[in-house]
Amino acid sequence: MGELLKNAIDWAFQPTLYFAGTVGALFAVLFWRKLFSKTVVITVFFAVGTVFMLWAPSDPDFKKIITKPDNIPIVILIASVVFFTWLALRQAVDNDRAIAKGEPTLEAGLGKKKVFTWPDLVYVEFICLILFTAFLIVWSLKVQAPIEEPAATARTPNPSKAPWYFLGLQEMLVYFDPWIAGVVLPGFIIVGLMAIPYLDTNPKGNGYYTFNERPFAFSFFTAGFLLFWVSFVILGTFLRGPNWSFFGPFEYWDLHKLEPLVNVDLSTYFWNMLGQPKPLDPLVREAPGIVALLGFFLVLPPLLGKTVLKGMVKSMGVVRFNVFMHLMLWFALLPIKMILRWTINLKYIVGIPEWFFNV
Amino acid sequence: MQKLFQAIRQSQIWRSIFRHGYPDTPRNRTLAVLSNTFLHLHPVKVRRSGIRLSYTWCMGGLTFFLFLIETITGLLLMFYYHPTADKAYEDIWALREHVPLGIMREMHRWAAHLMVITVWLHMYRVFLTGSYKPPREFNWNVGVILLVLTLLLSFTGYLLPWDQLAVWAITVGSNMARATPFLGHEGPGASLLSFGGLNLVHAGDDARFGLLAGRFVGEGALLRFYVLHCVGLPLAAAFLMAIHFWRVRKDGGISGPL
Ligand code: HEM
Repeated sequence: MGELLKNAIDWAFQPTLYFAGTVGALFAVLFWRKLFSKTVVITVFFAVGTVFMLWAPSDPDFKKIITKPDNIPIVILIASVVFFTWLALRQAVDNDRAIAKGEPTLEAGLGKKKVFTWPDLVYVEFICLILFTAFLIVWSLKVQAPIEEPAATARTPNPSKAPWYFLGLQEMLVYFDPWIAGVVLPGFIIVGLMAIPYLDTNPKGNGYYTFNERPFAFSFFTAGFLLFWVSFVILGTFLRGPNWSFFGPFEYWDLHKLEPLVNVDLSTYFWNMLGQPKPLDPLVREAPGIVALLGFFLVLPPLLGKTVLKGMVKSMGVVRFNVFMHLMLWFALLPIKMILRWTINLKYIVGIPEWFFNV
Repeated sequence: MQKLFQAIRQSQIWRSIFRHGYPDTPRNRTLAVLSNTFLHLHPVKVRRSGIRLSYTWCMGGLTFFLFLIETITGLLLMFYYHPTADKAYEDIWALREHVPLGIMREMHRWAAHLMVITVWLHMYRVFLTGSYKPPREFNWNVGVILLVLTLLLSFTGYLLPWDQLAVWAITVGSNMARATPFLGHEGPGASLLSFGGLNLVHAGDDARFGLLAGRFVGEGALLRFYVLHCVGLPLAAAFLMAIHFWRVRKDGGISGPL
């Protein structure tokens, strides 16, 4: 029974299913938000989570990864992200209900009323501070900070992992070369975050929780943060072992587990289809991928702006629209590449290793 | 007892520090906030809706608090640590072996992890309450830089124990810089920057070299990360936090319905 369950969990956590599962779960939670913001939901989640955390460490392989001192924060991360998403959704649902009835939101109901900082704010801060300090001290007494063998540049540990908060980027290395996963995409994440206040022209939803008044912004940000950042960190921490191969949570980290690498470039597919040898000039050889990318980045935005998203261009203005579209397309490249990898084993859309230019 | 407290409160020393009576009247409550260096970061009065725990999650405050813990514990750790390749590891080991009940390193490490989590959650709540919208656009941007600084602080600190975990995590992380377009020797475009057949960008002068002060994670990188971790980045973060808090007030306090 236990083994069966473990095997089922290992199977369900393989990257494709894991990703599809998280996407589906977030979609369901946002779509049925009235249901999912009920108190029983979060109670059941934490009850099941607690039972799982009591049972699962009886498995030696699970215990090994979960009790690594530096992995404890990830468990805290999972619990807090779920809880706070629930809390935000709950308040958004309540407020949306009030707005629909023409009543003031919770925040507006408390209104312009002002209270003294001392004591009303100071004591909340103080309690937070005391509880947090106590928590930290207990944690520090219980768990020793790790120290491994002294640095040896000749001996590479397997797996070599970046610090946990960068594991999302390391996971992207599966799908992209370092210049995209490690430089361009993080750069665009920072630029994109900074651009948010200037791109979001919706005046509503400023200073209170709401979903209905800003459905796109709410869904997009939760998706970006939860699916492509937090869940990648979790994947990178718990489910990636030696050689960055996938391992289920109950699987032994076998150094010799090999995943067959059969990935193929787009150009290979293309010239094979034409039944011709690959041309020598890289630009000609990679022409199909180059055309696809140019179309994606240069033709798609104006095309969408003239047709489906006409209204958006009008309300945002041309400059905002174009900046927005380009950021979106860069982010879209990640799931596109992931799906192409899983379905047709695509390695590179454009692969010019001669110039380190692989997309 | 009562008398003793009374006497203390009326002594010249006490009154030189606290220039107001017990904060139970509006006047004294105002003075308590205004005349205290730390509390005066706050306005005297705040919006009721903005200080609910379920609204802010206290995440900005906790991030700041964790930053203070890091400063204090970090300072203590600096007394015992030499940023050199032959001393660093031994010093960390000695902290564990020779200090009974020593938890400074633990506090420093766990608080650092937590700070990364709280800063993410803070950003999450600021987004979900739409608090980046006018007039708070600029403060959101200050926040994004603070987020990057928090991650860099953690990243530079990760190297300092100088064990296998540290060195290889930084190696993996900094390998990315090798692939920076034009600036890394394995980045697209770098080969275009050549002069008479000589590459201008190579392993000995590219972005990664600048980060690590060498071709691999060695003593130069340790010193560079140490200085950034203990001086450069904390100063930058403290500076930006001052701006951040000031702007929270100048933008009308914690956000609420207009
Ligand atoms: C070291 C990191 C940071 C510290 C110490 C910090 C601290 C704070 C504090 C104490 C507040 C008061 C309200 C609250 O607690 O929620 C605040 C508000 C704010 N923070 Fe941060 N913050 C940091 C990072 C960030 C980041 C990463 C962002 C966004 C990307 C951000 C954006 C904002 C904005 C827009 C406000 C105003 C919110 C409102 O008025 O409701 N901050 N910050």
